[in-house]
Parts: sequence; C-alpha cells; structure tokens
Amino acid sequence: MPVTTIDGHRIHVDEEGFLTSYDEWSPELAERLAAQIGVTLTDAHWKALTFLRQDYARQGETATLRRVSTQGGIPVKELFTLFPKKPAKKMAYIAGLPKPHGCV
Amino acid sequence: MTTDAGPAIVPDFDDQQNSGRKLAIICSKGNLDMAYPGLVLANAALGEGVETHLFFTFWGFDMITKSRMGQLKFTMLGNTATHLPQGLGGLPGMTTMATHQMRKQIAGIGIPEVPEFLDQIVASGGHLWACRMSADMMRLGLDDLYDGVEDIISAADFIEKTDGAQLLFI
Repeated sequence: MPVTTIDGHRIHVDEEGFLTSYDEWSPELAERLAAQIGVTLTDAHWKALTFLRQDYARQGETATLRRVSTQGGIPVKELFTLFPKKPAKKMAYIAGLPKPHGCV
Repeated sequence: MTTDAGPAIVPDFDDQQNSGRKLAIICSKGNLDMAYPGLVLANAALGEGVETHLFFTFWGFDMITKSRMGQLKFTMLGNTATHLPQGLGGLPGMTTMATHQMRKQIAGIGIPEVPEFLDQIVASGGHLWACRMSADMMRLGLDDLYDGVEDIISAADFIEKTDGAQLLFI
C-alpha cells in the first residue's frame, strides 16, 4: 500500500490515491484533499462529507449518491453542483473513504 | 511495505477526458426486468460525468407513460433464466406473483422504482426523449408523459442529438 505525504501528514492510500485508513483522515486534511481536486469546501460540502463519514462507520461501505440523497437528505442535483462531474468519487476521496461500489 | 513517498498521490478524476464522451441508450422494452438495465447504466454513466441520452420507443414507451410507468410487469413466460418450468408462467396469477417478487427483490437492494429512478437520472443531468412514432401509435402527447421528458422527437432527431455517442439498444 503506497504512503503519500499531504500537507505534512503521512497517509496510506490505494494505487489511485484514495485513503485506505479511516483514522488517518481529519477535517483539516479534507480541506487539503479537496484543494488537490479543485473543490473549495463550504458548509454544504461538509454536510455531505459528515454524512459519508458517519454512514461509513455504521455500514462499513461508502454510501452511493442515491444513499447520500435519500438517507443524508441532500438532493442528487445539489451533489452534482457541489462535486462536479463525478460526485460520488470526489466526495469519497475528500471524506477519506474508498470509492463507492454500489451500482445505484 | 512503506516506501518514502514521492509526490502526493492524487486520484486522477480526469474531468477533461470525459468531456465529449456521450452515451445514447435506446429503451425499447416495457417489461420490468428490461427497464432496469438501461436505467442503471444511464445512472452509472452520469455518475462518471458522461453526457447521457435515453430514447424511449415502442414498448419502452411504457417506462415514461405516466399511467403505466409505475405498473411495469415481469413475466416468467419465455424467460428460461427463471429456471422454473415454462408451463408455470402461463398459470393464472403467475405474472402478478413474479412481478411482486421482483419488485421486492429490487427494493431490497435499495434500487428505486422506475419513476423515482427517472427522477434521479434527470437530477443527475440525464436527457430523456420520447419517440415520435410511438407517441403517434399510442395517441399520447407530452402531457401524458413523465415530466422529465424533454420532448417528443423523431428517430432522426435522436441520431442527430447523439452524434458521436456510444450507443446501447435494449
């Protein structure tokens, strides 16, 4: 498993760069991760990220877009605005979680 | 196991690469089991940032007809993949039972019903088009169709709109 250094934090990631260790994430790190992919975090982004982190802790897998919308209460359309083009992957990356695997 | 890290490893979300990639899906079947493949693939493509267009034609028109879209059915008849004797499918009530069972299974894995699935596709930026010939055959107008349908267009219009797209016929 590769180790990378972001903003002085040494973190474990998979080959693509997604964090592999739930506890190596912090809100400060999220700001840096977001900046790397051109996203500036606002309260609306944080609502999604917080849901993702909590849901992962409960379910053991990363929520799909549909789950973030139905369980997290954030409309799909808004998610595409907050995390353009590939919202599910981008959210997961910033939240320090694996890519979601669900089909819908 | 841990080597010293060089430059930061950041996922390549490749926003640029997909600009220009398009997917066109022609939905021509109105059976419950044939509705889902197109919807799932459209949803997946949209989630990857791919411009996606769906064209509903022939029996696929049921998927976007307000009065029918919530009542698509699944039949065992002619479907050997159910692995049950074909004769069973012809018994009274079997289509209702098979449909009920499939709906339960689909809901059980968190997949929405067809109308709600279309909501999600539209919210994700997907384009829905109704086939002109099917609308004429069934004497239906835009008012009879799901609100997210952008227009009733001819096959030629659809081909024009999806110039350069990868195409799926279901």
